[in-house]
Amino acid sequence: MTTAYSQALDRVTRVRGVRGAMLVAGDDGLVIAEQLMEGIKGPAVAALASSLATRLRRAMAAAGVGNSLFWHLQCDKGALLVVFSGSGVLVVAVAEADVNVGLVRLELLRAAEAVG
Amino acid sequence: MPEDIRALSAQLAQDPQSLVFLRLAELLRQKRQLDAALRVAISGLERHPHLADAHDLYARVLTDKHDYERAFDEWDMALRIAPNHTGALKGLAFLYFKVGDVDQARAHLETALKVDPDDATLAQALEMVQQGAPPAADAAVPPVEAPVSGAEVAPLEDARVFAGLEGAEEGLLLLDPAGRVLGGALKDRHGADVTDAVAAYLAGVSQEAARTAKLLGLGSWTGLAAEGGEGNVFLKQPSPEAMLLVVRERGVPMGRLAVIANRAAQAASRWLERQV
Repeated sequence: MTTAYSQALDRVTRVRGVRGAMLVAGDDGLVIAEQLMEGIKGPAVAALASSLATRLRRAMAAAGVGNSLFWHLQCDKGALLVVFSGSGVLVVAVAEADVNVGLVRLELLRAAEAVG
Repeated sequence: MPEDIRALSAQLAQDPQSLVFLRLAELLRQKRQLDAALRVAISGLERHPHLADAHDLYARVLTDKHDYERAFDEWDMALRIAPNHTGALKGLAFLYFKVGDVDQARAHLETALKVDPDDATLAQALEMVQQGAPPAADAAVPPVEAPVSGAEVAPLEDARVFAGLEGAEEGLLLLDPAGRVLGGALKDRHGADVTDAVAAYLAGVSQEAARTAKLLGLGSWTGLAAEGGEGNVFLKQPSPEAMLLVVRERGVPMGRLAVIANRAAQAASRWLERQV
C-alpha cells in the first residue's frame, strides 16, 4: 500500500468508533487499499459497497439531486459510510453505531481529496 | 360579518360548551370560510370528543380542504361512536368512490339508506354511484371537485399515503421491493415527474443494503442517508416489504431529513397496515 493511501486511511481509522477503512474502485468494486479490523471481509464488503453506490448514484441522478457525494448506511449495530472521490474511488469506513458521523464524514472527505 | 355568523359566534362565546359550534362551523364551511370553520370544528371537537356529529362536521371541513386522509379517519371515528350515522356513511361513500372503490361506496350508501329510507339525497347518491358518477359528501353543499374516470382516481389513492405531509406530491415515494410505486411521487427541480425512473433504480437497494449490513455483522439496516450535489435523500423501511424515499433540496440538513423520513415512515406504516 502506498504511503499516500495509507496516510489517507490512517486519518479515518483514527476516529473513535471506526472499525476499518478501505479505498475501493467504484467501477469494479475491487479493493485498492484497506485497514480493517480482523473479521471484516474486505473484498466482499468492497463489492457490495460498490454495487450499492452504483444503484444509489443512478437513482440520485434520476431524482435530479446531482452526483452522490456521501452516503451513510445506518444499521442497528453499526454503520457503513462512503465518500466518492473525483477519480471514481470510493472511500469506505465501517463504524460502530455510536460513532461521530460528522467527524467520520469529514475525514472521509479529506481522504477522498488526498487520493484524488 | 353576516348577522347569522355573528349571532352564532356570540352564542358560542357566551356558552363555549354548547353545541352551537356545529351550526357555526357548518355555516362558515358553506360560506367557504374554511380556516375559520376548521378552528371552530376543532375547538368543538376538543370539548365534545365523543360526539359523532362533531367528527362528521370536522370530516366535512377536512374534505373541503382536500385532506381526505384525515377526513376518512374522522368519519371512521364518527361511525365507531354512532354506527348508523348517515352523514359519516355518506362521507365515507364519497371517499371510497374517489379512490375507485365503488363496491364500498355502494355498501355505505345502502347502509345509510336502510337507516334513513326517507332521505332522498341518499337514494340519489346511490343512483349516481350505480351510474358511475360520484356521490356528494354533503348533499346540502356542492361537493369538492370529483373525479369521474379511473385515470383521475388513481393518483389520489397514491397521494393518500402521505396526505398532510410536506412534499407528499413531489418528494416522498413508497415502493415495494420490486421497485413498484405504492404511493407518493417525485419531481425533479424543474417539476418533471421522475417517479418511475427513480423507482426502477431503487429496486433491489433494500436487499443490497441488507446483504451488506449482514456481511459486516451490523445487524439490520435502519436507514440510508445520501448527499447529492444538489439535494439530499433518505431511505427507510417502514415495513420489510416496503421502502420509503424522501428527497429534499440540499439546504435541508441531514438531521432534519431523518426527522421527515421518520414521520413519513410512520404514515406509510399506518397506510400499509390498512391495506392488509
